[in-house]
Amino acid sequence: MLGRVTERETRPMRPTIGLPQALVYHKYFPLWGEFFSYLGADVAVSGPTDKRVLNAGLEAADSELCLPVKLFFGHVLELAQQVDFVFVPRIVAVEGDAFTCPKLLGLPDMIGALGERAPSLLSETFNMKRGMRDFYKSVYKVGSVCTDSSIKVYRAWRSGLRAQADYERQLLGGVTPLDVLGQGIPEKEPDLTIGVVGHAYNVYDRHLSMDLINRLRKSGGRVVTGEMLPPKVIERELQRLPKRLFWSYEKEVVGSAFHFIHTGDVDGIIFLLSFACGPDSLTQVLIEHEARKTSKTPMMSLVVDEHSGEAGMATRVEAFVDMLRWQKGRVC
Amino acid sequence: MRASFPHMGNIHLLMSDLLERLEVEYIVAPPTTTKTLEIGVRHAPEFACLPLKITVGNFIEALDTGADTLLMAGGTGPCRFGYYAETQKRVMEQIGLDFSMVTFESPAAHPAMFVKAFKTIAPDKSVLQVWRALKTSFAKGRCFDLLEKRLLQLRAYEVAPGSTTAAYEAGLELMSKAKSREQIDAAYAEALALLDEVPLDREREVLKIGIVGEFYMLLEPFVNFGVERWLNEHDVYLERSVYLTDWIGPSRRNPVLGVSDADVGRLAHGYLSHHVGGEGQATIGHTMKYIEEGFDGIVHLLPFTCMPETIAKTIFPRLARDMDIPVLSFVIDEQTGKAGVITRLEAFLDLLWSRRRAKGGVRELVAS
Ligand code: SF4
Ligand code: SF4
Repeated sequence: MLGRVTERETRPMRPTIGLPQALVYHKYFPLWGEFFSYLGADVAVSGPTDKRVLNAGLEAADSELCLPVKLFFGHVLELAQQVDFVFVPRIVAVEGDAFTCPKLLGLPDMIGALGERAPSLLSETFNMKRGMRDFYKSVYKVGSVCTDSSIKVYRAWRSGLRAQADYERQLLGGVTPLDVLGQGIPEKEPDLTIGVVGHAYNVYDRHLSMDLINRLRKSGGRVVTGEMLPPKVIERELQRLPKRLFWSYEKEVVGSAFHFIHTGDVDGIIFLLSFACGPDSLTQVLIEHEARKTSKTPMMSLVVDEHSGEAGMATRVEAFVDMLRWQKGRVC
Repeated sequence: MRASFPHMGNIHLLMSDLLERLEVEYIVAPPTTTKTLEIGVRHAPEFACLPLKITVGNFIEALDTGADTLLMAGGTGPCRFGYYAETQKRVMEQIGLDFSMVTFESPAAHPAMFVKAFKTIAPDKSVLQVWRALKTSFAKGRCFDLLEKRLLQLRAYEVAPGSTTAAYEAGLELMSKAKSREQIDAAYAEALALLDEVPLDREREVLKIGIVGEFYMLLEPFVNFGVERWLNEHDVYLERSVYLTDWIGPSRRNPVLGVSDADVGRLAHGYLSHHVGGEGQATIGHTMKYIEEGFDGIVHLLPFTCMPETIAKTIFPRLARDMDIPVLSFVIDEQTGKAGVITRLEAFLDLLWSRRRAKGGVRELVAS
């Protein structure tokens, strides 16, 4: 019912596979981009997000959904006409003891509910809770739209992993996904360091975040983000929680926020969260509680929703930067 | 130590029974009212789901009436419920309340933590004693559920308004007093007989509606504005997709519902082919079952921003079209008022009756 790929005969010789530039895109695009290219597919990436894509999503998706998922609908629809398949994996778990988010568990079903408007989906379940074998099985099933050779799929996967490792190394070296994608502007003699935390699909979507990263750079900020922190730093910070979080991406957000709160490496922190996001509604409590308890580093929470105007957001960011600068001047 | 716990439907009956067996001093928090909701909304995070807010209200009211130890269930995700206790603890510490919180993690996922929680509240009881108490209280809880299920099936046919509800409440009363397994069985038989003795008009034409959605919304009459009673009293036979002991019980077979988790997965497959936490997949699975059984419509209750149920809500339009079944979703938050809910339900019932008539199913029409 989900337009799954089962019929081998219908396989195009060189399928065009669409990757929506939304949700997990900023996290994993080198992996899947390389994987499909290696297998000889044409890879089409939607976006970047603009008003039109967002509006298409808002119109097609249920009004109660979180903004990032609504936006995902827009990206899928944009690809629908141009590709053979849109890649919409069901990412259940990327580690043994945590999930992603319920919405990612149900993502292919939600897109499938578009009915006739839904494109053919390339969708498999990735669940690390079931172990590596199960995970690899899904990789092979995805690869089988391009080739019958499991060796070739294996090589493509290895090649994808290398591209991903390379990407993550770059991020650890201090650049953001925006810079890798060629969407970032250079820093401008920064005199302030600002930690930005939040889901990658909010922080690195220039439209959703109202270009937060570039905006901060323009006003003399050096931006540091969670992607620049080694996993073991994040893990160490998470030990502060009496109960382990069971959402993987939320762990990264909370861990990096805690790190910035406690080390004082940054002059200020901006926490970007989405309206109607389930996990954010609770991690906001954990993060703000920690910030208040420590009260060393100023923090501002910004809620991204479809109605927040760019002007209001710009004013708030500017005021926050001014405040940080003033505070820094006073301390030095 | 004086323990307390949040309200959710009949859970206080089950908890009281258990805590008495364990000889733990406890109080039942004041019943959930608009005031409870206001307290919760004032202190809980703005974007949290409604059950979190109301249960914060229950906790604060419990502390006000003399409790010092709050009992809460834990969980391993992926829905927010598993992190409720941690969040609520911080929220209440922040406003300077003094209390301790004991979280009961799932015995399957964290057996040691589960045992430890009981050691904290009942240090003198052995693991075996706790186990026996749990088993007996649970058996009793299951009887409460079965009575409730029966109530929803019978009340639409009652001759005298309110008579089934009265019989049901008398039955709960009887059950509450029962201690030993034998007494529980006897009280259950008696309570069931009370329900079955209520005069019914079996000739009455009724609609059949399946009520599905988020567990708290379904189990707690305060937040759902007593829709079940309202529907029953407007000639609607009801089946519901969540019962307390099936929900908290370790078994995946769900004896009260008679539909196992595996059945749910099979029924929902194609529309929602993976569990998504909470009751998301059960909502779709039970809906499919009600459709198979020829129900007239589905009422879906969910809190604003609830993740699993928003997924279900996204899927419903297509399912409803494919299966030709009317579905009415209520997204409930602190601002939702009863009047609006009732107006929409009335319109929904009109729609269902006219569909029935179009199918020629109503006797009066045939006769005239
Ligand atoms: S984590 Fe939040 S924003 Fe992301 S998909 Fe889940 S609910 Fe939506
Ligand atoms: S099922 Fe929905 S409303 Fe209930 S706790 Fe989970 S996310 Fe919140």
